[in-house]
Amino acid sequence: MATIRLAINGQPNTIDADAQTSLLTVLREHLDLTGSKYGCGEGQCGACTVLIDGKAQRSCITRVGTVTGKQITTIEGLALGEHLHPVQQAFLDEGAMQCAYCTSGMIMSAVALLQKNPTPKENEIIDFMDGNVCRCGTYPRIVRAIQRAARTGSASAAAKGASR
Amino acid sequence: MSEGVNLETVLEPERYELRATAPYRFDLDRRDFFKFLGAGVLVVSVLRPAVVAQESGGGRRESLPKEIDAWLHIAENGKVTVYTGKVEVGQNIRTSLSQAVAEELHVPIEKIEMVMGDTQLTPFDMGTFGSRTTPTMNLQLRKVAAAARDVLIGVAAKQWNIDAQRLTASDGRVSDPQTKRSVEYAALIKGEQLTETLPAEDPLIPAANWKVAGQSTPKVDGRDFVTGRHRYPSDQTLPGILYGKVLRPAAFDATLASVDTQNAEKMGATVVHDGNFLGVAAESSTLADAALGAIHAEWKAEPQISNRELFDYLKTNATEGKDPTGDGERYDVGAVDQALASADHRLNQTYTVAYIAHVPLEPRAALAKWDGDQLTVWTGTQRPFGVRGQLAEAFHIPEDHVRVVMPDTGSGYGGKHTGETAIEAARLARAAKRPVKVVWTREEEFSWAYFRPAGVIDVTSGVRNDGTITVWEFHNYNSGSAGIRTYYEIPNQRIVFHAVKSPLRQGSYRALAATANHFARESHMDEIAHAVKMDPLEFRLKNLKNDRLRAVFEAAAKQFGWGKSKSAGQGFGMGGGYEKLGNIATFAEVSIDSKSGEVKVVRVVSAFECGAIVNPDNLRNQIEGSNVQGLGGALFEAIQFDNGKIVNGRLSQYRVPRFSDAPALETVLLDRKDIPSVGAGECPMIGLAPAIANAIFDATGQRLRALPLVPNGLKMS
Repeated sequence: MATIRLAINGQPNTIDADAQTSLLTVLREHLDLTGSKYGCGEGQCGACTVLIDGKAQRSCITRVGTVTGKQITTIEGLALGEHLHPVQQAFLDEGAMQCAYCTSGMIMSAVALLQKNPTPKENEIIDFMDGNVCRCGTYPRIVRAIQRAARTGSASAAAKGASR
Repeated sequence: MSEGVNLETVLEPERYELRATAPYRFDLDRRDFFKFLGAGVLVVSVLRPAVVAQESGGGRRESLPKEIDAWLHIAENGKVTVYTGKVEVGQNIRTSLSQAVAEELHVPIEKIEMVMGDTQLTPFDMGTFGSRTTPTMNLQLRKVAAAARDVLIGVAAKQWNIDAQRLTASDGRVSDPQTKRSVEYAALIKGEQLTETLPAEDPLIPAANWKVAGQSTPKVDGRDFVTGRHRYPSDQTLPGILYGKVLRPAAFDATLASVDTQNAEKMGATVVHDGNFLGVAAESSTLADAALGAIHAEWKAEPQISNRELFDYLKTNATEGKDPTGDGERYDVGAVDQALASADHRLNQTYTVAYIAHVPLEPRAALAKWDGDQLTVWTGTQRPFGVRGQLAEAFHIPEDHVRVVMPDTGSGYGGKHTGETAIEAARLARAAKRPVKVVWTREEEFSWAYFRPAGVIDVTSGVRNDGTITVWEFHNYNSGSAGIRTYYEIPNQRIVFHAVKSPLRQGSYRALAATANHFARESHMDEIAHAVKMDPLEFRLKNLKNDRLRAVFEAAAKQFGWGKSKSAGQGFGMGGGYEKLGNIATFAEVSIDSKSGEVKVVRVVSAFECGAIVNPDNLRNQIEGSNVQGLGGALFEAIQFDNGKIVNGRLSQYRVPRFSDAPALETVLLDRKDIPSVGAGECPMIGLAPAIANAIFDATGQRLRALPLVPNGLKMS
């Protein structure tokens, strides 16, 4: 056991856990942040995806001892109060879910993609998202949601540019 | 199985996991309802017409019929609560059922809360499977809502002392168009305790006049899912929670030879050794894992077959045509042997399907808590009442001591009908005297759940030179009888389902054996078409009278552009059929890399008809999802096993469809407002595998008769 300090969704947290424990277990069991999901435990399905310093990482195969001092963002930290992140809103607008168990991980991966590449082509979306599984098979809708979020993002960027 | 259960739906034989205990029904007292709900209007719905006829007709009786299948309450504050034993696993019925109620009750959809799948709060329901929610529960709830609306209109008419006929309901109010007077539902029912047992003949709004139903209403609680706020079964927690793990046997059907749990106990875990059950509960899942690893156990197991010998085993171990449900094991018409002897062409082929896994992204999970001898379990199951029965049986307690609650769950696809996890969590919680949560690992899901049955299908057919099929003999070994009957017009038929003792645990799967039976039938149809040198579409239509099925084949062919020319490596194929009251035709385009043999499904066109459409966008979503999920079973999914163990039981070893596998999907919806709505979660899947197999043949001349078709790509000669 060790005392571990974590910065999650902009908040400092201190927990007692073995440094070898997975970040996913710490999020879910220690902090009751259950938006990140267990799907496979080997980084194959993406349901546990979180952002670590802005990069999409599989929290089920990330040891908590390796992320002290880094900025961790989970699905719970994405919306600003009642105001949804454009990617969250786009998933709703496109009906890009069925059981929605994969949705947190899908949204976190999509946010990471759009931060890196604000206007991805369809094949770039597919390449980037291929590690996230939706067993209900809503992939084409998720692609459309990411395209929609990209349009919203570039529109708001253009609006900001114009207002300057 | 009780009589009431059989009336709801006849069970297909491949639902092996459902031979469960008979349901228990509570006596109901209308005063108990109001004690629990508060004043207002209560409408109960009874599924069985006979009971309605016998017991309906009054709001004044003190006891309610026992066979209630749904009920609706409007509270004094105008809040509408609907109670149904159906559950949400991603098929989006929380939304579509809310639409049905909003339509008939004339209230905004936001005012409606659906309470689903809670054995204490909702009426008995056999389970959410077989695409039954839309044809049965949707209709029941529309009737309940219509009856509630009529009660409210009746109250207003009485208060205003006018004829109810001239009053209308809309937007949560009753209005008198002549005097322009109107009153909110909430105001009408202040202090009232009104009950209505559903009259069977409520005039429902025809589909052509629907305003809320028939629209693409977004998921009612979608916001909770995109924010991570929704708590799935595996997210449930309670103060003092412990985490449970179960030690799995070394092989299927293994028994414990010796066990030493001392080291696990020294680590501070609660250890339970009860017969063949070995489990631990601890303060953290990390500690539970460690304690489980510290148990030393030896198992004894008998030698078992592997997937390499599977199909020989199934053919040689069949029992003669005995369907355990006593229904549908064989169908005979005409004189099959004579017709075969006199046919211009005869064809005999064998098709096989592998065991596949459901792989619901949320594995089985349960949180259990005891209060004395009262047990509450939150778990992801398509049959909360069935699981309640299993728990009562396992712990030798009455069913009314058990409450099963089903939070909206991370999918099931027919795989979550049983209560293993619930029993495991409850057993550990009883020993630990604390709440215990058990969440299966992905590896446990792959090995200890049940599989879609594997099967062998032999088809023998005879056809005239002009393309008329004269005879059809069809034997299904083990995979199941859903969709076994042919919808083509054939005068001589022999269709037999042969049950086999399966080497692996098997059970329901989305669309059941309809996928296998349609694969064999629609592949074979293509083979005969080529044998008589006819276009596969023309050949099907020549032998098909069913108008609804013809309509979907024609609509899909038109959208697909059937008959267009193709380039090298490109192939086109079709498959379709009738299942769970829906009609599907699926056309596929494949592209094959002539060097690597990689098969890519490029485009899939589906035409689907399921009566009056309740929610077009959700319907498209279900059809698209069926095609994407169906791609796995068609192309590459197969469980490998050897000597009582699953060999490829991890997501890194068992390939499921991903973004890069998804073809371009085009969906044609045929909206038949004159036909009652039926379900759509299963039928759209069944045409895909034969469409792909037929397209691969079209591209290469290679006829593939085994599902999955190309787990390792196509062999290029």
